Amino acid sequence: MTIMKRFIGFVKKEFYHIFRDKRSLFILFGMPIAQILLFGFAITNEINNVDIAILDQSNDIETQKIIYKIKASPYFNVANQIEKESDIESEFKKGKIKAVLIFEPNFSKNLETKKVAVVQAITDATEPNVANTIANYTSAIIQNYQSQKKQSNSNQVKVEVQSRMFYNPELKSVFNFVPGVMTVILMLVSAMMTSISITREKELGTMEILLVSPLKPFQVIIGKVFPYIFLSIINAIVILTLGYFVFKMPINGSIFLLAFESILFIISALSLGILISTVSNSQQTAMMLSLMGLMLPVIILSGFIFPINSMPLPMQVISNIIPAKWFIIIVKAIMLKGVGIQYIWKETLILIGMTVFFITLSIKKYKIRLE
Amino acid sequence: MEREKIISVKNLTKEFGHFTAVKGISFDVYKGEIFGFLGANGAGKTTAMKMLIGISNPTSGEANVAGFDVHSQADMVKKSIGYMSQKFSMYDDLTIKENITFFGGIYGLSRIEIKQKIAQLIEELELQEVANNLVGSLPLGWKQKLSFSVALLHEPKIVFLDEPTGGVDPITRRQFWEMIYTQAYKGTTIFVTTHYMDEAEYCDRVSIMVDGSIEALDTPKNLKEQFKVDSMNDVFLKLARNIE
Repeated sequence: MTIMKRFIGFVKKEFYHIFRDKRSLFILFGMPIAQILLFGFAITNEINNVDIAILDQSNDIETQKIIYKIKASPYFNVANQIEKESDIESEFKKGKIKAVLIFEPNFSKNLETKKVAVVQAITDATEPNVANTIANYTSAIIQNYQSQKKQSNSNQVKVEVQSRMFYNPELKSVFNFVPGVMTVILMLVSAMMTSISITREKELGTMEILLVSPLKPFQVIIGKVFPYIFLSIINAIVILTLGYFVFKMPINGSIFLLAFESILFIISALSLGILISTVSNSQQTAMMLSLMGLMLPVIILSGFIFPINSMPLPMQVISNIIPAKWFIIIVKAIMLKGVGIQYIWKETLILIGMTVFFITLSIKKYKIRLE
Repeated sequence: MEREKIISVKNLTKEFGHFTAVKGISFDVYKGEIFGFLGANGAGKTTAMKMLIGISNPTSGEANVAGFDVHSQADMVKKSIGYMSQKFSMYDDLTIKENITFFGGIYGLSRIEIKQKIAQLIEELELQEVANNLVGSLPLGWKQKLSFSVALLHEPKIVFLDEPTGGVDPITRRQFWEMIYTQAYKGTTIFVTTHYMDEAEYCDRVSIMVDGSIEALDTPKNLKEQFKVDSMNDVFLKLARNIE
């Protein structure tokens, strides 16, 4: 009973530390939300409300239908109708217009007689990604028009577009960043925050007081780490909820499996945090070690931002020792493919192995320090 | 009159690799005594003290604190002692009450005991006005007095003070020593390290460590006679010079 009471007292104190420190609060609750929204809204290939101009050289019923469709889509805003080809360049130079759609003369007629009509999409390629996306979206809208026309009319017609789109590219980035951001945040909260909070006690000299007290060293560590397990779980929930409701990221697999894997990853990150705290004597060192030693590899080598397949071989090999890589694979498999443990047991075992290794190592290190 | 030994140290040694920080020291401390543990920085007094409070294992030798062996019964030793480190040892971002509650809690005091202690401490230290303020906002002198009181929360038999008065003004130091006297009068043994030589004069007995060994151990009065000087400061200088 006393043990439980001591533990509760300890955890309570830990929460005082966290909730009274604006910096920790910001990292704990501001960062996940800021990051997910940042990645979600700013760093995607999605385009919205892009200003385009239209040069309609035939101005007939078919071109009107297509223009109407484009105007109705949320991606484009038809800002301008231009009259002649020579205006195109000056429109681009003004910088507002990102693309011009040109309908060839006699569009309807060509469609009737030649069965083929051409729409030209000229994009401002100073921003290559945007240009590419615009071209893809345009062709998607026109294909949609075409297939509707096919249904209503037995005549085979073809509107020629240059690129085709198999699926919506906006979705791809969302699917990538929710697991990625979740991994980064869990790493940050679990490893960096615990290592800082443990070294803080060392720096202030209170760790010595705790070690002189009847508390056992492992009780001190568990007491320090527990609040962060709790907060990390809350963070994971916040990120998944935001991903689900704001960005429509599905969770196709079992939530319990996802929770289990997340807790496993949190524990592995926590043990890394303890490990870092055993080798650093100041909060600054702990922070630098966490940022350079954990965050950078997580961001660069986990496959979150840069695809692992396109890395040079040595980097691919190194990426295998990053727990985050395996966690991202697991999360994607559960959330997108909806698979069960039978498909990801290998990755799970690797993660368990790493966690056990880190815990053993940090306990050993911690004991050595006490001698 | 046979006095009761509360700390008994025999040939206590600590080695770090090839370096011997504490070279087989032996001494006894009696119950209710104010025992001054002096030495220059790096003389090994902190290392020796760490072994006595159970957070560092001796390489060889024995030490018995409050009836328990520091090596095999460190847990029991920890329950019987209080400790105040040279770094201020409370949480700045917790209020006075929260600090007392926390430290009372880890020493296993019941909720009622903690309540009583809080009331008593606030009364004694006249902290009524600031009891709910963060400890970080208090002047250093108050913090130190509070630290000392917190080290005594669980009514330990011995309290270890590691340079408790570093960085405070002479008046506060004087008040602090009055608290130490009061506590010693109540029967608590005080084991204190300091490098203020005037404070050494306040101790019942003083040991002086040089290079890992205890070079002198007696009452301040006897030491001054032995070295034929007027102050503890001179005793200390003479000792250090002789060794070199």
